[in-house]
Amino acid sequence: MTEAEDRDQPAISFQNVTRAFPQKGGAGDVLALDDISLEVPAGTITGIIGRSGAGKSTLLRLVNGLERPSRGKVLVAGQDVGTATGAALRDIRRKVGMIFQHFNLLSSRTVAGNIGLPLEIAGTPRAEIAPRVDDLIRLVGLDAQRDRYPAELSGGQKQRVGIARALATRPRVLLSDEATSALDPDTTRQVLALLRDINRELGLTILLITHEMAVVRDVCDHVAVIEGGRIVESGPTYGVFSRPDHPTTRSFLKGVTDVALPGFVASRMQPQPQGPDAQAIMQITFTGQNATTPMLSRMTVECGIETNILAGAIEEIGPNPFGSLIVSLPHQRLQEARGFLAEYGMITEELGYVG
Amino acid sequence: MSANMIQLLWVSTLQTLYMVGVAALVGTLIGGPLGIFLATSRRGELLSAPNTNRVLGLVVNIARSVPFIILVVSIIPFTRWLVGTSIGTTAAIVPLTIAAAPFIARLVETSIREVDSGLIEAARAMGATPFQIVRKVLVPEAMPGIVLGLTLAVVSLIGYSAMVGAVGGKGLGDLGIRYGYQRFMPDVMLIVVVIMVVLVQFVQSLGEWIAARFDKRAPRNRGR
Ligand SMILES: Nc1ncnc2c1ncn2[C@@H]1O[C@H](COP(=O)(O)OP(=O)(O)OP(=O)(O)O)[C@@H](O)[C@H]1O
Ligand SMILES: [Mg+2]
Repeated sequence: MTEAEDRDQPAISFQNVTRAFPQKGGAGDVLALDDISLEVPAGTITGIIGRSGAGKSTLLRLVNGLERPSRGKVLVAGQDVGTATGAALRDIRRKVGMIFQHFNLLSSRTVAGNIGLPLEIAGTPRAEIAPRVDDLIRLVGLDAQRDRYPAELSGGQKQRVGIARALATRPRVLLSDEATSALDPDTTRQVLALLRDINRELGLTILLITHEMAVVRDVCDHVAVIEGGRIVESGPTYGVFSRPDHPTTRSFLKGVTDVALPGFVASRMQPQPQGPDAQAIMQITFTGQNATTPMLSRMTVECGIETNILAGAIEEIGPNPFGSLIVSLPHQRLQEARGFLAEYGMITEELGYVG
Repeated sequence: MSANMIQLLWVSTLQTLYMVGVAALVGTLIGGPLGIFLATSRRGELLSAPNTNRVLGLVVNIARSVPFIILVVSIIPFTRWLVGTSIGTTAAIVPLTIAAAPFIARLVETSIREVDSGLIEAARAMGATPFQIVRKVLVPEAMPGIVLGLTLAVVSLIGYSAMVGAVGGKGLGDLGIRYGYQRFMPDVMLIVVVIMVVLVQFVQSLGEWIAARFDKRAPRNRGR
């Protein structure tokens, strides 16, 4: 395979994958995955988000053959994982690293011993294992812990060992099953930053699953939302965050991008304007460069529409600023304001009326 | 106490150590792999061989349910075929080993089963063969439990070895019965018991010490 082909080909491709589990007592099958098609572009970090039982782990485990599709195909770098067995399957597994929520480190081995394990399994000569392990230890910043046992490490340090171990055989793909779910927010951020660095420096494709939108926001280039074994929404993170289509996506975004309506407004809100002085309450989602442009003051100057900012937040998704504002304005001017803002690529939503 | 008696006590202690030592060693060589197999061969497990698993499990259960003294006399023909005689210390090693192997197998099986299944999953994800998983993950992780199990087995063997006087097995237990009980020498009986207590204590302490050396997990009951 040539370099160019290699780059164009998705790192992982799910093609109409279904996974059914037979139920105890023979009461039909549970469809853990229902006709899933998804491509994970090489070199990206792709997030799979969904509620408990949505099928996230099942989907991830298909990639290294820990789980097999009932129907459909799973290709990793063009190789069919679903039908691989024996030595061929083990060979694929060595090209796919995996990290786990509960780390799954051997308690009987030191940090160095754990990191060297995949190399021992792959039959790497001892003389080559030691320097490789040292490199990995440096990469994840655990030089001082080299000869410690997992029981002597913090959660974040354990996950660093897990990451180093997953990278030992120089895989092209890294799978992460809720790798930060057992960690506190600070440590989560550090581990995610490490994954981001590895993705950039090694060009590694990362497929991670999570139930936290914040994780997606912080590291994922692409995201797929899974619900009841189906992908209900997918695309570049930025697009999904700014224009969530599916109710599940919206509910995951609550608290991450949402700005709360102040209590005094929320309690007085009506579905229709009650008088000539009624104010419309509108949510504006800022996207792209215009997030930093003072659109509201321009609207005041150009259209003479005065707005009142009730709540707001701006954050970053990847390189893009992304924000949300809640404003009030005279209800008669609502449609005009929405038209003006839409011209600049902003998304507006009418929330209700006060007064 | 006569010099003769001291000599007899010494020889009997060595006989006990010999019987227990060889039976424990051979019992481990048979019971260890058997225990590993039992722990990993149910349906859907690493070595998935449910039928063989069931048959071996049944054999182990039968061997474990035969009372030791009945085992000793009932396998006399087998013992004679194996070591050429059915009488004596070496002959006594055969029933001791046959009693120890299934016991050790169950103890090893239990320890292996306690290894976190997440570790097996991680090893599979690394592309490990079932044999590599056993050798590099299951056995090292189960080592503290296995060592404590073997300690228990050796202590039991010391007790069992006292019963093999029935087939001329000699050793401390036999000495205690023959002199202490049948010839009314309570001091001999007492010394035999003391030596056995010391042996058991020593084995137990040694086993715990070795197990602790293998155990790198977080201390469980410390510092509360
Ligand atoms: N080995 C199995 N046998 C039977 N059913 C299974 C098996 N593994 C998963 N399932 C079922 O498949 C569905 C999806 O499970 P999965 O573990 O993929 O969910 P998940 O999204 O990872 O959930 P969580 O966030 O709780 O980890 C669930 O209904 C689960 O009960
Ligand atoms: Mg899961």
